[in-house]
Order: sequence, then C-alpha cells, then structure tokens
Amino acid sequence: MLTFRLALKNILGAGLRTWLNVIVLSIAFVAIIGLQGIYQGMNRQALDAMTKMELGSGQFWHPEYDPYDPLSLEDSHGTIPENLKPIIAAGSATPILITPGTIYPNGRIQTITLKGIPPEQSIVGIPSKELKSNEDLPVVIGKRMAESAGLSKEDYITVRWRDANGTFDAADARIVGTFETIVQSADKGVFWLPLDKVQSMLEMPGQATLVVRGQDLTEPTEAGAWTFRDLHYLTRELRDLVQSKSIGGSIMFAMLLAMALLAIFDTQVLSLWRRRQEMGTMMALGMTRGMLIRLFTLEGAMHAVFAILLGAVYGIPLLTAFAKSGVGMPGSYDDFGIALGKTLYPSYGIGLVVVVTIIVFFAVTIVSYLPTRKIAKLEPTDALRGRMS
Amino acid sequence: MQNSSLIEIKDLLKSYPMGKGQFIALQDINLTFQEGEFAGLVGPSGSGKTTLLNIVGSLDSPTQGETTVLGKRISQLSQKEAAALRNHYIGFIFQTYNLLPVYNVYENVKLPLLLLKNLSSQEMDKMIRQALDWVGLTDKIKSKPAQLSGGECQRVAVARAMVKKPKIVLADEPTANLDAANSHNILQMMEQLNRELKTTFIFATHDEKVIKYLRRQISLNDGRVVADDIVQA
Repeated sequence: MLTFRLALKNILGAGLRTWLNVIVLSIAFVAIIGLQGIYQGMNRQALDAMTKMELGSGQFWHPEYDPYDPLSLEDSHGTIPENLKPIIAAGSATPILITPGTIYPNGRIQTITLKGIPPEQSIVGIPSKELKSNEDLPVVIGKRMAESAGLSKEDYITVRWRDANGTFDAADARIVGTFETIVQSADKGVFWLPLDKVQSMLEMPGQATLVVRGQDLTEPTEAGAWTFRDLHYLTRELRDLVQSKSIGGSIMFAMLLAMALLAIFDTQVLSLWRRRQEMGTMMALGMTRGMLIRLFTLEGAMHAVFAILLGAVYGIPLLTAFAKSGVGMPGSYDDFGIALGKTLYPSYGIGLVVVVTIIVFFAVTIVSYLPTRKIAKLEPTDALRGRMS
Repeated sequence: MQNSSLIEIKDLLKSYPMGKGQFIALQDINLTFQEGEFAGLVGPSGSGKTTLLNIVGSLDSPTQGETTVLGKRISQLSQKEAAALRNHYIGFIFQTYNLLPVYNVYENVKLPLLLLKNLSSQEMDKMIRQALDWVGLTDKIKSKPAQLSGGECQRVAVARAMVKKPKIVLADEPTANLDAANSHNILQMMEQLNRELKTTFIFATHDEKVIKYLRRQISLNDGRVVADDIVQA
C-alpha cells in the first residue's frame, strides 16, 4: 500500500511527462481494440451471412463431392439417404443438386454452376419461391451473376449441360428473379433452378449433391455414406482468411504498442537517471532496494492503468458509435471473396477488451521493470552522490 | 543494546579500488560515541568525513575493522537489516537537503514514518506536526520544496530526520548551502533538540559556523583521526 501511494504521488507529480505517455498508450489501447473489433465483426458478419445464405447448421455431402474439384462435380451426386428424407419433408433440411453448365451471353461462352433447389424451401437464403413459375426452365440469379453475363429479369438465356449419360443437352432458361447477397459463392457463376427440373435435365430423379441442414437442427443425423460437414469445417477458409488479416493487422498494433512502450521505457530510464539522488535519499530513510524496484515498476505500470482508464473515457463512446454506424466498405472489397457487404459492423466482445487490457498492462509492467533492475546493484552512497553503481 | 556506547569504531579501514591499486579513504579509526553527544568530524575536503559518516549510517561498510552501531556490527548487516537500522534509529541531514520535489513539506516529513509501518494515521499526524513545530514550519505544511527558501528546506530536512525521534542524527555539511543567519538558526534548533531529546548528533563539516557549536571535535586528515577534543561550553 505504501509503495502504491508513493508511486501514485510520484507519477502524478511528474505532470506532463506522465500524461503524454498515458495519452500515447491510451491511443494504442483503443486502436488495438478498435481494429481487433473490426476483424471480429468481419468474422461474425461473414459467418452470419454464410450461415443464412447457404450453410445452414451444416451440410451432408455426397461422398464424391469436392467443391474444389469441378471435374468431379458431374459424378458427385446420388440418391438422398433415407435417414435424411424425414427432415427434408419436415422442412428442416433442403437438398441441392449441383452440376456444371455453360451459358452464351452476348455470343461468348461462360462456365456456370447449375444448382437445383426445391422452390418451397426456406433454409437457403435465395428467393427460391420465385422458381414456382410456369416457365419451362425458370432461373434465379444473383446481382453479380446478372452483371457479369449482362442479364436481367425476364431475359432468356441458353443453358447447356451434360446429363447422366454424358450427352450434351441445351434449353432456353428464363430469368424469373434476381437477388442481392453479400455471399459471393451463392451468386457469382451460379444459376439457381427448381430441383425437380435439374433432376429431370440430368436424368437423376431423387438425387442430390448435398443436403443443407436447417438451423433448427443441432443433433447429429445418421446419413449413411454421406458425410456431415459442420459449420466449423465449412467456415474454415473464412476463419483462415480473417486470421491472416488479423495477423497482418496485429503487426500494426504491435508497432503502435511498441511506440507507446518505447516512450514508457524511455521515461523509466530517464526517471532512474534523474532521480538517483532521490533513490539514495529513500535508501537513507530506510527503503530497501526491493522496495525501490517495486516503486519504480509500479510507477511505470500505473501508466497502463491511467491509459486504460483514459481509453475507457473516450474509447467506449467512440467505439460504441463506431459499432452502431459501421464502416463503409469500398466496392473493390467485394472482389476480396469475403462476405462483408457495403457496411462492416465492428464487434467488441468482453473477451477482446479483457485480453487487450491484460496484454497492455503486462507489456507496460515488463517494460517498466526492465530498467529498474539497475537498482538491484545500486549503492546508497553512489545514489546520494548522483551516480549509478 | 550490547555495548554501553552508542557507536563503537575499532581499527576501521576503508579503501576503494583505484586503477591497479587501492585508495585508502580511512585508516586506523578508533572512536566511540555516547548517547546525547553533539560531535563533529572536522577536516578539509577529502579527509574522509563523509565516508566515516556513511559507514556509521550503514550506507557503506568498512573494508577492515569493526563499526558497531546500537550493538549491530555494520559489516555483518544484510541490505535489509541495514535499511531497518536506518529506518528505526538513524536520521540523515544532507548538504543539498534531498527533499522529494513532488511531495509537500508534510509529506516529506511523513515519509520516514510511512516506512516504519506500525504507526496509525493519528500517531503519524501528531509526530509530523510536532516535528514541524520544532523547526517552526507549521504554517508551510502544504508548500512544495520549490516554494521554500534554502533555510526552510534544511529545516524540513531536520524535521524529516527528527520526526521518528532517532537515536542518532548524521548531518553531512548541513549548512554548506545556507547563509550565516540561517546556519545559526538551524544549528541552534539542532542543539536544542539534542538537549531535549538526548539525540546523538554527528556532523561532517569544515564550516566554522558549525564547529563553534560542537561539544566534541574529531579532526580528520588524509583518512586518519588527528585530534579528538572535548570542547568546554
């Protein structure tokens, strides 16, 4: 308690020097939480959008299905397992049949993916109800797909595919609806068609490539040879991407924090140098070296306490406003391949604030302690003469 | 206490490494001090006054020989034991006052009491006000050292040394930065405290103003005691 009171008095007595350090450190503290909040928000927002748009609470995959191997797509389909049929019938899962196809917009060839989906389903976030059309081959596409192929609602487009026998076939499809989504994998290069039409086109009745499980189901369902892929597996790329961005961002925080820590280290070194006689006096009054080390370390560590308090004063309203208004994302960000949308809403969890607070506090304490190790060798007589032993 | 003397110095030698050899700062020192003495180590600069004062104050240790203060052998004290000895029984007064600039007068005087740890706030307050009353600074308790004159700073330093009523006060050139009037005020005050509280005062000085007040003069030259005289009042 004595050391604490003395340290508090000393640090407040140092005036402007203390407050400059505190301000720099508080900026680093708030910036770290702010930037980490952006990455957490990015992760949460993208995960939320992907879950609602196409992942559900997980997917059952045909054993041959490999989303990274388009050449195997034509073979990765099969009869929907019997165990999954009841949950599909109950509206808690929806089958999707996927096959490669080709369109010819404006006289050029464009490879696409045809995805058959039941029009009445409500698990995948596309407007599939628009597929309940009288058209021979109704199609729903996303805005990106529409832009890249120069298509709009009511347009006809020739679609070519290969059926189960390997025979090429073609038909004119009509765009019956368009939708906007931040999830590019449900939009770019994808034609959504009624499942029964696709099964008929491919001559694969009752078959699917995968089954998306609804968010109301959490218990595992036996699906025979089909593999259940949970959200952790399905979002691994997103997490890797956000993590790599986060690591890149961490370098910036590290630099920011290092600058603040350097200022504190410098202050500590200067303080030890300027206050040698004071240390000698303290020793003459009966203070031990250990008490002096604790006193000076605590003085340094108090910079962190003040910085955290100051950061809270302006950081809480600032970051709250930031989280409410969000950050406008540039158009080019859409090409990045991550479901962010036009506005990114940062997310500041308690865990993030606690972890950053602990990191800042311990980093400052360690940096404050390092120069004080000199005190361990300090002779009182040297200190009183203003010398360092 | 094991010895009847407050301080006993026997065959003291203090040397420092200097180049390839040794610099002898003190040698053949044999002295004893009793309770209530008002003594001074007198001699020119470099004679070893401050070194001897530092050894008596357990801030330094002898190279050879023995220095026993209040029954404790300085050379055998650990760093913590030496700090405890200073904390409980020894007060220091320095030439440059050595007041802590961020603390006010009251807080500077309070510091040795905080280190004692076993005093209540009320006891400390009473002791501080008494010490400030001795030195006539009760009206300046909120002032910072930068707002005080040199004489006032040294009076604060005296109050800080005396507040815990130590057995021994060691004063190193206490008047070197003071004018004649202030020097006399400070010395009269210390002499009065010495008489009233039976505190042993040992000065290191070459200031004639101080020497006039001493009741015992120990003259040092080149690290040796050349005279040890009791001065009749």
